[in-house]
Amino acid sequence: MASKPAPPLTRTQELWLLACAVLTLVPAIQPAPPWLAAALILALAWRAWLWWRRATLPPRWLLNLLVVAGSVGVFLTYRHLFGKDPGIALLILFLALKLLEMRRPRDGLAVIFLCYFLLLTHFLNAQGMEVAGLALAALVVITSALASLAHAGSGVLAQLRLAVLMLAQALPFMLVLFLLFPRVQGPLWGMPVDAYSGMTGLSESMSPGDISRLIQSGEIAFRVRFEGQIPPQPSLYWRGPVLGNFDGRSWRASLAREKVGLPDTATSQPVGYEITLEPHNKTWLFALEIPASLPAGASLSREYLIQARAPVRSRLRYAMQSSPGAGHDPGESAVSLRRYLSLPPNNPRTQALAQQWRREATDPEAVIRRMLEHFRQESFFYTLTPPLLGENSIDEFLFGTRRGFCEHYASAFTFTLRAAGIPARVVTGYQGGQRNPVDGYLIVRQSDAHAWAEAWLEGRGWVRVDPTAAIAPSRIEAGLASAMPASEALPFMVRADFSWLRQLRFRWEAVGNAWNQWVLGYDPQRQREVLSRLGMREPDWQAMAAAMATLCGLLLLALTAWALRKRIRLDPTQRAWNRLSRKLGRIGLARRPWEGPADYARRVAQARPELAQSIQAIAGLYVDLRYGKLNGDAPSQRLRGLVSGLDIAVSK
Amino acid sequence: MSNSPIDQAIRQAGRIVLGKERQIRLALVCLLARGHLLIEDLPGVGKTILAHVLARLLGLNFHRIQCTADMLPADIIGVSIYDRNSGGFQFHPGPIFAQVILVDEINRAMPKSQSALLEAMEEHQVTCEGETRPLPEPFFVIATQNPSHQIGTFPLPESQLDRFLMRIEMGYPDQAAERELLAGADRRDMMASLSPSMDPGELLELQQSVTEVHASEALIAYVQALAEHTRRSPDYDAGLSPRAALALLRAARAWALIDHRDLVLPEDIQAVLPAIAGHRLRPSSGMQTASSAEIAAALIAAVPLP
Repeated sequence: MASKPAPPLTRTQELWLLACAVLTLVPAIQPAPPWLAAALILALAWRAWLWWRRATLPPRWLLNLLVVAGSVGVFLTYRHLFGKDPGIALLILFLALKLLEMRRPRDGLAVIFLCYFLLLTHFLNAQGMEVAGLALAALVVITSALASLAHAGSGVLAQLRLAVLMLAQALPFMLVLFLLFPRVQGPLWGMPVDAYSGMTGLSESMSPGDISRLIQSGEIAFRVRFEGQIPPQPSLYWRGPVLGNFDGRSWRASLAREKVGLPDTATSQPVGYEITLEPHNKTWLFALEIPASLPAGASLSREYLIQARAPVRSRLRYAMQSSPGAGHDPGESAVSLRRYLSLPPNNPRTQALAQQWRREATDPEAVIRRMLEHFRQESFFYTLTPPLLGENSIDEFLFGTRRGFCEHYASAFTFTLRAAGIPARVVTGYQGGQRNPVDGYLIVRQSDAHAWAEAWLEGRGWVRVDPTAAIAPSRIEAGLASAMPASEALPFMVRADFSWLRQLRFRWEAVGNAWNQWVLGYDPQRQREVLSRLGMREPDWQAMAAAMATLCGLLLLALTAWALRKRIRLDPTQRAWNRLSRKLGRIGLARRPWEGPADYARRVAQARPELAQSIQAIAGLYVDLRYGKLNGDAPSQRLRGLVSGLDIAVSK
Repeated sequence: MSNSPIDQAIRQAGRIVLGKERQIRLALVCLLARGHLLIEDLPGVGKTILAHVLARLLGLNFHRIQCTADMLPADIIGVSIYDRNSGGFQFHPGPIFAQVILVDEINRAMPKSQSALLEAMEEHQVTCEGETRPLPEPFFVIATQNPSHQIGTFPLPESQLDRFLMRIEMGYPDQAAERELLAGADRRDMMASLSPSMDPGELLELQQSVTEVHASEALIAYVQALAEHTRRSPDYDAGLSPRAALALLRAARAWALIDHRDLVLPEDIQAVLPAIAGHRLRPSSGMQTASSAEIAAALIAAVPLP
């Protein structure tokens, strides 16, 4: 049989292989360069068409040409052939072309191994639940294809069943390895990645229209799990970058990164919570005002912005404590305060108005009250679609358009205070959040982005003043949806209708969150938590490796026992018979598995005539016990005795 | 050697059909198990002699049907002819009304006739003009077919092949046997001198005692394991049917009986397996040309004794 050429692949096998290639390649299409994606789809369609029409495969010279052309294309795209992306591109190319010369089971095996390998590479680009789901489906199909190569004759369902059974047997091992394999700090699939440009979020500067653009995104900024009750909506100010420099149109963060210690928050009850921050490629970490603790490795700037050591490029989880009502005084000197008074020489009308108010007021707080009163009484509107503003943006806004979003109000407010001689700055961040009823997490989205002002008052330190609260109090109390007039087109995720759709989205996000928290976020710390809950306190890697080996061994034993469960139920007669075979096996006369007792006895008697008599007696008794009507313990015991008494001289 | 009627029959037959003891035994087993036998081989290797000898030794009457393409069912079963004297129809039984029937080259008969014959084999009776007539007991059909010239023939479909308990091949005699054959007297003259070893009554008794041979649970498990393997393994396009498993057990019982045992051993199963499974198993692509013996050997080696 071995010398014959292997039979060609059957149509069922080809279909399985095609299916596993399609499932493996579909997630690869999107990250691949466009020309490769197009070539890939063409190749798959071509192969499917050939299968359908039972046509012959393309000639070898054409395939060679395509290999060379594709490799040159990959080289031209990436400028080299090594590294992650060109490597994956080459693998994709080879898999697509291998399908076109897939004739015999050998080629099928090559396709299968390529598919298994390519499946892994998907996780280098994305690790979401949907990638994992697709990979699992592909895994089942690839294994079915493997089963179809091994069992060509059996039905499609039987092949699928075999694959699922095999994967089910692998599942406990996967769980043990996942839970116990010693983890390193950092994401599991950490790869040096260069492109973080597409991320949305707050930045170090703010111009009119920036935040109203940002809130159109329903993307999640971070998730929060509070230890107790979620504090009331109006106190949920998630502090982000503080912007102190103004050029008449844009606010920018000051570049000074002076570190301070944690403020004294002994007077108020701290709130404990844990934030899971989505990557935003910036160094700051969000927290409720005012932080009372710091995550490991982070520092606090003078502006009470928490800074991580490096930009957040993978999902980050950190525990925090904050005191929402605490004082807010890092001890500003006259020099540092001067920075918060500086003004560009524009917006003259606003400057004049502010100076007039300052002259008329008794103390700075009166100016603040007057300004808020002004917003409330004059016809200012809170809108997502404010008119565009020019060079003197504050003047245009305060005396002209009077329509704006939170950044317009915060900006105008801060400017006015500065003009009136009160140190002030703009704080950006998020306000509020939405509780996911499914898992109880508070979800803060980009659509919760907000900007407010802080003013320095002698004796009280920095005081938060949110002018938006004066224009549209419901924005702070109940969220964006209730603050907007009905005619405004709200971003989809903050709308109140489509409640079932929102329900669905909540559910999906809760599942996604669980995936992030427990699968992707399963870091050394989580591992310690889980293991200590399982009774392993302070495990080191040796203990984990030992536990892993033990559990895997036990699983193997269980699976073996399952496979051998028939053999265990052997009766004593059969055991004695098997023992005879083992005994005679020492002189090369073991029974063949299919050999009947009479044949066996004859063979042994022929090979070793001196044993003939005893072997005939044993075989005769065995035949009566196993195939005749003789039964009972006594004859079986006699058989055992005969087998034990058999004396075999090892050498002739 | 013992002197039971069966041993005598085997010995006597062996004197005429030289070097074919295994085939003689299998044919006897088939008869004792109340099955029918299909012999597939070239002309002139002793098929007819074997059938003839068996009939004679067992004291049974013998008919031969030479199949042709224009043979009609009535040529096998018989016809009713108007009898002027009695004024009614008189049934003239066809050649099928005998205890041992040799159907020569069954694949030359057209399907209609084949089917009439096979029906008679299955039912042990024939129906003609609305009247059902029982066939004599014991009733044993030996059919032959010639495998090499398939032009102008109607090969038996698998469902019909299944009606035969066994299919065996005669094969050429070995050198010694052939020399003896050439040197010896004419086989037909020798046959005339044969005396029956038993009468039909004894044969019926033997057929009855076949069913009483003990098959233990372990042995039945073995038969099951063999059948199960053919159904699961990708080496076969179609596995053994339950009817085939029954046939295997029945034939093994008969084999044990002619070996003077009252219990069936796995060796009995293995001995009859080629004749039972050869025409029922369809190996998948790679082994299409394998002989019955090769197919059975592969199957035996693949299934360990339970």
